[in-house]
Amino acid sequence: MAVVTPPATVSHEGHAPPLTHSDITRDVVATLGPASRGYVLLLLLAVGVFLIGITTFLVLIKDGLGHAGYNPPVFWSVYITTFVFWVGIGHAGTLISAILFLFRSPWRTAVYRSTEAMTVFAVMTAGLFPIIHIGRQWIFYWLLPYPNQRFLWPNFKSPLIWDVFAISTYLTVSTTFLVFGLVPDVAAVRDKVSGWRKTIYTWASVGWRGTDNEWRHYSRAYLYLAALATPLVLSVHSVVSWDFASGIVPGWHGTIFAPYFVAGAIYSGIGMVLTLIIPLRRALRIEHLITEYHFDNLAKLTLLTGSILLYAYAMEYFIAWYSGNTFEQTTFYRRAFGPMWWAGWAMIICNALVSQLFWFRKIRTNITSLFILSIFINIGMWFERYVIIVSSLSNDYLPWAWDQMNPTWADWGILAGSFGWFGMWFMLFAKAFPIVAIQELKEMIPMPRRRGAHH
Amino acid sequence: MAFLKPSRPQPGVLAAFAHIDAAVDAIRALRAMGLRKLVVYSPAPNHELEEALAHRVSPVRLFTLIGGLTGCAAGFGMTIWMSYDWPVLVGGKPIASLPPYVVIGFELTILLGALSTVAAVALFSILMGRRGVAYDPRFSDDQIGIFVPAPADQVGPVENLLRSAGAVEVRREAA
Repeated sequence: MAVVTPPATVSHEGHAPPLTHSDITRDVVATLGPASRGYVLLLLLAVGVFLIGITTFLVLIKDGLGHAGYNPPVFWSVYITTFVFWVGIGHAGTLISAILFLFRSPWRTAVYRSTEAMTVFAVMTAGLFPIIHIGRQWIFYWLLPYPNQRFLWPNFKSPLIWDVFAISTYLTVSTTFLVFGLVPDVAAVRDKVSGWRKTIYTWASVGWRGTDNEWRHYSRAYLYLAALATPLVLSVHSVVSWDFASGIVPGWHGTIFAPYFVAGAIYSGIGMVLTLIIPLRRALRIEHLITEYHFDNLAKLTLLTGSILLYAYAMEYFIAWYSGNTFEQTTFYRRAFGPMWWAGWAMIICNALVSQLFWFRKIRTNITSLFILSIFINIGMWFERYVIIVSSLSNDYLPWAWDQMNPTWADWGILAGSFGWFGMWFMLFAKAFPIVAIQELKEMIPMPRRRGAHH
Repeated sequence: MAFLKPSRPQPGVLAAFAHIDAAVDAIRALRAMGLRKLVVYSPAPNHELEEALAHRVSPVRLFTLIGGLTGCAAGFGMTIWMSYDWPVLVGGKPIASLPPYVVIGFELTILLGALSTVAAVALFSILMGRRGVAYDPRFSDDQIGIFVPAPADQVGPVENLLRSAGAVEVRREAA
């Protein structure tokens, strides 16, 4: 059995570190070198899939939302599902970069930059979906409180307006956090490259030199940003969950929704982290920086949040039975045995049950099994939102009004396009900026001493 | 964009250290000599250097507080004012009801708190940073740098001190 010990890169103990500060700079700067053929092919694939989405979107703008599978009474379907899916993906990044920073978890250092980039691009993707979904996309700015001719203001009692504020704040703050953390690393890259790349990184480093004064303000500010991002990440998916929980639709109107959504968000996000960084660390040759130890810890987080989901699913069914409310009971019965039974079981198996496999260390530390299970997590969490949204809407209080919706090419085109758009940004980022935080890894390695190593 | 303009170089001594304890010794000795306007470069923040330099706590926290409070006030102020600016009466319920506005107030607290924190770092670290101080690319890689501003007649003792503390290289910077 593999015994997982923290590698010396992230060790506080007195072991002789095999990696020095200059090794870190060299290996991370090397990831920014010329792109391999595999990278170019993957990027072209992402752009191609994104173009499918763009084409679908142009058709939607021209003809309207009729192409999508909306069918009364289901007027929230794949776009809103995918919106919630991508917002959720973002949450793992902020958990790792901000919450684990406050908890002083040393293992976060190696993975936090890639997860934070994932957060920014996932929220960027998510933000497009409400706009696609509203139909008349060119007047989306009506959602914002701005002084228009009649001085009409948005209804701040509506969860949909809370969402506008929550998502735009989340996008702004997580982008700020990512860019802020990048500045010292960009400065380190600047000092290693030459030619036109040096010019670009010099501008991007905004004159950073790592002086005592700069670090003094930077370290403090980083702490405050983490402290601000922590409640923010918990609030964002709570607000998203209230889009549903505030409505009196059976299956939605529960107080459990906020914590249930936050746990699901982090679970799905870590699934996406695993899907992204397992191939990435091989492509960029940073297997010695992101190791089995980090995957083991990520898998433990998945186990924790997946178990919360298991509890939430069980509790939803229990409360539906215990409430004695016919509508609630019918909704939950139909989730498991109604026309959408396959989606309902996909959600329970991929989330609640697959996560329980992470009790086994052999699974947590096996990269192949982690990668396969992470795909299940992504699928399961998309279906969770699909089930919650579509199954509740398709059978509410009036049985004669019940109907099903079937996603069309317009739904799938936009969904696929969102993966292309997200993948394109993530891959461009990984080649343009250090995907492993240079400065924070260095902080973990004690600097050499003249008078022998001691701590 | 003051940081992009070339500025007049300051005269002084620039030393590179490969060892943290040597750099800390040098800082303590320089401070004991009364040289306190040092610039210390390091590839990552380091507690030993911070201790040796004995800086005060960064004023960034004040900006975070002011930004956060401004955001909170703005969030509640905006929602309440807009509710009364175009009152919509629904079943005798209050025109402005605070519980839903907590969400807006909270989000703007975080937003302005974070943005003012970053603005404060940009202000203190970059716009108000010291100009014309010598630098070496090694300091973002694996070495610690100490720049001691000194006029030409004082550089001798400073150079000797830095060498005896264990600098791997000492360089004189002319004006």
